[in-house]
Amino acid sequence: MPGTPKFTVSRWANRRPVLRRGRGRDPLGLRQALPGLLLPAVALAMTLLAALALGGAFGARALAQRWQQGAAAAVTVQLPDMDQARVARTLAALRELPDLVDARPMDQARLAALLRPWLGEIPALPLPAILELRFDPLPENPEGLALRILSVVPGATVETQGVWVARLVALATRVEQTALAAVVLVLLLAVAVATVGIRAGLAARQDVIAILHDLGATDGDIANRFAGRVALLCALGGAAGLALALPALLAFSGLAGSLLGRLPVTRLAELPWRALPWPWLAALPVAVAALGWTTAEVTVRGWLKRLP
Amino acid sequence: MAPRAGGLYVGKMVRFTSVGLRYAPPAGSSDPGMGQDVLSDLSFELPAGSFHWLLGPSGAGKSSLLKLMQLAQRPSRGEMEVLGVITSRARRGELPALRRRIGVVFQDFRLLPHLSAFDNIALPLRIAGRAELALRADVTEMLRWVGLEPKAESLPPELSGGEQQRIAIARAVVMRPALLLADEPTGNLDAVQSRRVLSLLQEMHRMGTTVVVATHSESLVNAYPGPALRLADGRLER
Ligand SMILES: Nc1ncnc2c1ncn2[C@@H]1O[C@H](COP(=O)(O)OP(=O)(O)OP(=O)(O)O)[C@@H](O)[C@H]1O
Ligand SMILES: [Mg+2]
Repeated sequence: MPGTPKFTVSRWANRRPVLRRGRGRDPLGLRQALPGLLLPAVALAMTLLAALALGGAFGARALAQRWQQGAAAAVTVQLPDMDQARVARTLAALRELPDLVDARPMDQARLAALLRPWLGEIPALPLPAILELRFDPLPENPEGLALRILSVVPGATVETQGVWVARLVALATRVEQTALAAVVLVLLLAVAVATVGIRAGLAARQDVIAILHDLGATDGDIANRFAGRVALLCALGGAAGLALALPALLAFSGLAGSLLGRLPVTRLAELPWRALPWPWLAALPVAVAALGWTTAEVTVRGWLKRLP
Repeated sequence: MAPRAGGLYVGKMVRFTSVGLRYAPPAGSSDPGMGQDVLSDLSFELPAGSFHWLLGPSGAGKSSLLKLMQLAQRPSRGEMEVLGVITSRARRGELPALRRRIGVVFQDFRLLPHLSAFDNIALPLRIAGRAELALRADVTEMLRWVGLEPKAESLPPELSGGEQQRIAIARAVVMRPALLLADEPTGNLDAVQSRRVLSLLQEMHRMGTTVVVATHSESLVNAYPGPALRLADGRLER
């Protein structure tokens, strides 16, 4: 070719500025189209909210389980001795109570286990008979119920604390379900916001995408580039959101611990690290990134359908 | 050294049978006067390895015809065959691979403004998944071929119209396409630059590439006589 300037290859190949080197690998200009702030900020906020909700859900579940272990029955009736005939008579009388679903003597082994911390291993000690009663629905007025039981079984000791525990357990279960629903809602919201962000990015890069398309780029090529970038931004934001959620989660867990009778924390190592649902929490940034990736793939591929 | 034309193809490179094109009316407009036929009843064949002018006044439909051939637009009617594939009936997923074998010099260049000249020329190779190391030599060769090696790092806005034109040609040719379509490639160039661009296209033709060049400059055609498709009002004149 006449007039071609004589430059050696190496001079230009070696002198390419570092800053521009990466540009060829970002032909969509995604760094400008999907600015590095919006998506991570959304991912951060969503992960933070989801982590808090998840922490709440697991905290409520832990409380419910603990309480349930401590009080297997709503009402216990304690008879002074283990006379089998008397136990049978009493059970028959108690079965007449309204809303009663179950009445049975407490398993002796379990009773012994419950008493062991106080009494030690003393097989010879005569144990009282304890009858466990379950109601559905829970009695409105536990005190009235206790009086009624006493009228049926004179001389017994009636314990109705279990009614309150059962109520708390029901509440905790409801809290857990609500919190899990909140997690789902937050993730759906994240998808909606990400879709809007990605659409804005597509609109901003419309011309560039059309050129790449006309040069033979497949929908997959273009969608994968978008999705990769979106997933990266979401993962970064998600990790930051999780880090921000941790102090609050540990504080929650500490509060719940004091409800369960643990001592207040004075040192970092004493924080209830192991009480947190780690696998679930660690899955959050991954889930947010995967959600971002999927959202980008679906949104971009859908958008590209308009091109021939 | 000029690039060799790849994908030697025997037979017809392009075949149109009663092809018509009508652009979809803009979204929201129900005006029946929109959606006029831009091209109608086009039937012609371009043998592999041929050189053709595409002539006609402004608005005759030259760019639209090139868009059909480069598969950037689907015909509204008729049957179209490009590179041995009946594209009017092909699945959408088959088209990208075909597009990579067609080089296009757009009327308005369509360079990516945020990419350097080097990266613009490298774009088709990167889209095709070519390795960075292998691609470097090809792109550098292209830059040398169009005489723009010193401008490798310039962004398109930093280049003159003629230089952008040559970058666009280099990008169209870097994949060694079987079919090369150029839309008004000398549109805003002076006589010297025009001759230079034309000799680049002719060189591709000599290497075996099928070339179609759209222009409304009769003087250019007189300087480089060759067979021509003449469009007037969206129809072929014989
Ligand atoms: N995307 C589009 N949507 C609707 N109409 C279009 C579109 N592109 C072109 N047209 C119309 O199609 C007709 C032919 O346009 P085209 O660009 O193919 O002409 P041309 O021969 O290339 O003209 P020029 O020499 O000025 O480039 C014109 O009337 C134009 O208005
Ligand atoms: Mg035109």
